Amino acid sequence: MSELRSQVKCLVWDLDNTLWQGTLLEDGEVHLRAQVLDVIRTLDSRGILQSIASKNDHDHAWARLEELGVAEYFVLPAINWGPKSDSVRAIAEQLKFAHSAIAFIDDRPTERAEVEYHLPEVRCYSHTQVLDLPNLPEFTPVTITEDSRRRRQMYQANFRRAAAQTEFSGPDENFLRTLELEMRIARAEPQDLGRVEELTLRTSQMNATGVHYSDAALRELCSDPGHEVLVISMSDRFGPHGAVGVLLLARDTDFWHLKLLATSCRVVQFGAGAAILNWLVDRAARAGVHLVADFRPTERNRMMEIAYRFAGFTTDPCDCTAGADLGAEHQVQHLHLVPEHRALPDTLRLIAEFADVV
Amino acid sequence: MTIDQSISAVESVESTVQAYLESKLKSTVDPDQDLMASGLVSSMFAMQLVVYLESTFGVAVVGSDLKLDNFRSVRSMTALVERLQGNDSDG
Repeated sequence: MSELRSQVKCLVWDLDNTLWQGTLLEDGEVHLRAQVLDVIRTLDSRGILQSIASKNDHDHAWARLEELGVAEYFVLPAINWGPKSDSVRAIAEQLKFAHSAIAFIDDRPTERAEVEYHLPEVRCYSHTQVLDLPNLPEFTPVTITEDSRRRRQMYQANFRRAAAQTEFSGPDENFLRTLELEMRIARAEPQDLGRVEELTLRTSQMNATGVHYSDAALRELCSDPGHEVLVISMSDRFGPHGAVGVLLLARDTDFWHLKLLATSCRVVQFGAGAAILNWLVDRAARAGVHLVADFRPTERNRMMEIAYRFAGFTTDPCDCTAGADLGAEHQVQHLHLVPEHRALPDTLRLIAEFADVV
Repeated sequence: MTIDQSISAVESVESTVQAYLESKLKSTVDPDQDLMASGLVSSMFAMQLVVYLESTFGVAVVGSDLKLDNFRSVRSMTALVERLQGNDSDG
């Protein structure tokens, strides 16, 4: 965990004499070194977000970033005349990142000192370290998944989606219908396992058991014919949400054992958990089996308990599991449900990319 | 709690829940209206309702009380809150 905590999730750049050479208001012309562009692209490809805290005229500086062809790499740029600590704080707040996940780079010691004073957890770097950043461990994630490579695009899509929602008048349900949400459920492929492991690790609120499955454990389950490891991904008209959920299922003769469901908190607002559960209940009804779901209460996963209960799972006993070994892990409840046909929500299109057993 | 207070408390549970729903759904809501059947409330929104009822009325909705039927209408939510508040004062 300490490794995860030490990772930088967003780097906030100063512009003058840090990102580019020169001072925009004094020199007029500023230049972006090719090696700095490499750093920007490298960090972007690692899923590290980048933003700006610069004392400049916003429109002027942004136009220059666009001319240099790098504007798209920056989210939530704060180009204004206020204190940089305010800018960095606002960026962290909007991203919902802890200050310890933010880094700040600036050529002026006074600016770094001002940020360090007000935001002691933010890590500050000087302009002399720019080219070295990709070599530092805090800028080197252990695993880089397909989703980390497009993390910035997903955030940008989120901002556009949120802006559209703010403008939308009418019930939230109606807004969801305008999103053209699509959910794909597919068997996990080896290249998905990094993201699946990450989901079991990072989804505290919507994780049914809080159990962390390692890449190796998932690999084993994938090759076990009695188990299904399913990956759920979502997209809408604003762009991809990436892999947003994982479902681990063991098939028995009379029942299917849902050992884990974990979904990203980013998609709770789209009703993802309920849609997945209703889909599974419907599939189980067609297969003529009961469902048993593991749930272990943690400090943070109440939302998942509610999702299971509202889907119809209860603690009522049933003969279907008689003689079966459900495992006796500490505090794990085995919730039960007799499936019946379920209609899918009309707010999303669900595509299950296989026709057989599940 | 005196009898008078509990009567007004019940009325206020119903009117508070109704007002909350109307503001969230941007639509008028009849106390007996089946919100699930009318398509106004998704299971996702029902989850928000659990958290709302608990934080507003100081109750805990757990175990078998966590079922969709208890959240179908203003009336059923009011009944749930009343019962849970009653249980609290007994204990």
